[in-house]
Amino acid sequence: MDPLTILIDWFPYLLTGIFITVGLVAVALIIGVVLGLPMALGQVYGKLPLQSAISVYVWFFRGLPVLVLLFLFYFGIFPGLGLDLPAFVVGAVVLGLRGAAYQSQIFRGAIQSIAEGQMTAARSLGMSRTQAIRSIILPQAMRVALPGWSNEYPEILTESSICYAIGVAELLTRSSQIVSQTYVTMPIYLACAVIFILLSYAGTSLIQRLEKRIAIPGFGPGNSS
Amino acid sequence: METIAFLVDIIIPAFWNGLLVTLALIAVTAPIGLALGIAIACGRVYGGKFLSRFFQGYTIFFKGCPLLLLLFILYFGLPPYGITLSPFVASIIGFILCNSAYNSEYIRGAILSVKEGQLTAAKALGMTRNQAIRFVVLPQALRRAIPGISNEFIYLIKYSSLAYMITVIELTGAGKLIATKYFAYNETFFALAVVYLALVTITTFGANAIERKFAIPG
Amino acid sequence: MSESEFILKVEDIHKSFGSSEVLKGVSFNVKKGETICFIGPSGTGKSTLLRCINQLTIPDSGRVLLNGEEVTHAGSKINHFRQKIGMVFQNFYLFDHLTAVRNVEIALIKVKGMNAKDAREKAMTELRQVGMADWADHYPAELSGGQAQRVSIARALAMDPDVMLFDEPTSALDPELTREVLEVMKKLAQQGMTMLVVTHEMGFACSVANQILFMEHGIIKEQGSPQVLLNDPKFERCKAFIGQFREYSQ
Repeated sequence: MDPLTILIDWFPYLLTGIFITVGLVAVALIIGVVLGLPMALGQVYGKLPLQSAISVYVWFFRGLPVLVLLFLFYFGIFPGLGLDLPAFVVGAVVLGLRGAAYQSQIFRGAIQSIAEGQMTAARSLGMSRTQAIRSIILPQAMRVALPGWSNEYPEILTESSICYAIGVAELLTRSSQIVSQTYVTMPIYLACAVIFILLSYAGTSLIQRLEKRIAIPGFGPGNSS
Repeated sequence: METIAFLVDIIIPAFWNGLLVTLALIAVTAPIGLALGIAIACGRVYGGKFLSRFFQGYTIFFKGCPLLLLLFILYFGLPPYGITLSPFVASIIGFILCNSAYNSEYIRGAILSVKEGQLTAAKALGMTRNQAIRFVVLPQALRRAIPGISNEFIYLIKYSSLAYMITVIELTGAGKLIATKYFAYNETFFALAVVYLALVTITTFGANAIERKFAIPG
Repeated sequence: MSESEFILKVEDIHKSFGSSEVLKGVSFNVKKGETICFIGPSGTGKSTLLRCINQLTIPDSGRVLLNGEEVTHAGSKINHFRQKIGMVFQNFYLFDHLTAVRNVEIALIKVKGMNAKDAREKAMTELRQVGMADWADHYPAELSGGQAQRVSIARALAMDPDVMLFDEPTSALDPELTREVLEVMKKLAQQGMTMLVVTHEMGFACSVANQILFMEHGIIKEQGSPQVLLNDPKFERCKAFIGQFREYSQ
């Protein structure tokens, strides 16, 4: 059976896999920001115990292989807590928790790169520290963080394929399914690789367009007074 | 108490064997991945148009293709064409391809950051282009690329675990087998986590020490 | 002189950084509408003193009173006081991600709670005052140093402060750009704003200030009106210091 016919026949099945992969990545990125940003703020503005706790979290989730984290949570932690979560959820949560660890450091670097003078001026006008962080520091920090943060996307995309190991029916799993059912291997796998590369390229382009849209003249890393 | 006995009698021996396999995977991959990365980076910066484009494609492919998929391609995808690799060899090749692609990016960036004037001065002294690259540009570039390369090395330690997915019983594989066999998931996987964290942390300290040692002022 | 005549009273301010004492007991009073210039060798704590007034730096001891109310030890009420004390910095510290007019209006909206329309109107008025109305929609990166500093003056003025603090406002500027900023400051002084200025611009100090305070080694060594300081032989140190700048001042 020729590969092209197979691909066309199995396309809907594969397409669902693509959606699940994209879904995994999207949820992981969202968790990454929602957890990572507060952690970054905690490390920059929080008290020492909080900073230490966050550092330990980051060390743990950055130091372990994704595969080990998936096994740990899927077979160990969640069942241990009495939770019977579907593989997709476990996968998204693990990728998200790990993403948060990496992203918190990106955000932290960006926040710290905003010159002290910005906070000083804000406070001299009577803004509270919270107001200053929200209105002055964060808008600038997020712009500075965007290029570094955009590297998270291709990383989480390739890591999502490891969710194969706990049975999430994403793109790689489905491609393997097709292989095992049709006995056509290389062409299917190569097609799968091409799809991943295209997904990576598409996402990165989107983020670059976003970067251009929110760019401010003369503003970038190393530019604040 | 039961856990401690379990730990000592069963986990430690199994982990030890798995760890040796992991270390073997890393020990073979790292030097070759680095050498290949340097070659690719040089090819992209100094090679002709064709070579440069070829290596660019290489980098795009092996960075964009998930490592696990790459391992499947090497282990499951080649036999129909008459090439049958052992799981260990397939893993090594996959790791080298991936590691070299990422290394080449860091090194290429570092090479480009070495000022044009360095090459010019070298040539003015009578060095050939190759000599200039070998003795003036590369030493500087490699120093600047050390953070990136050591970062990739740490990633290598972590993604060596994927070899288990093509039946290599390295550290993670050993852990999974024990956990499944004895229904001791939490204990085994936490112990596994401890070992990886130790490996990564020690390596990180080592990498920082190397970075400091090779730092050139400015 | 009764308490109420002084809009600002600074009493016995001490401040140390680590083992070095930068301010060793500084006291002075300011009447409404006065312009006070602080001069002296670099590193004698002049900037630190200004920052102690609006508590950007917390003094180790001493008091600051604004309109009779104590600013030191104000706790969270400090934000309320900072609205009444405007500050202009050597490096402007304009908010890089906001246009000039947004820079001026943001505190009006966030701190004073003004609605957008009123805030915009007020911001444009202040920008007009400093001659920067045409540049309202430009970002800080697009402005020259003198333009940026004028916007930062407008930003501080928009809060309708009782006192304006200027921390070496022209030290980071090229000579050509210094003039436009000094002009704005002169105008402000003539309009009756109470101003404390740390500066090396002797020409400005001598022509605009009501009082010059010469600081050295963390205390006020000599003080008086410009005429007295320059002519009375008593004020040796101050005269010698100013003398260095004579060749360069206008």
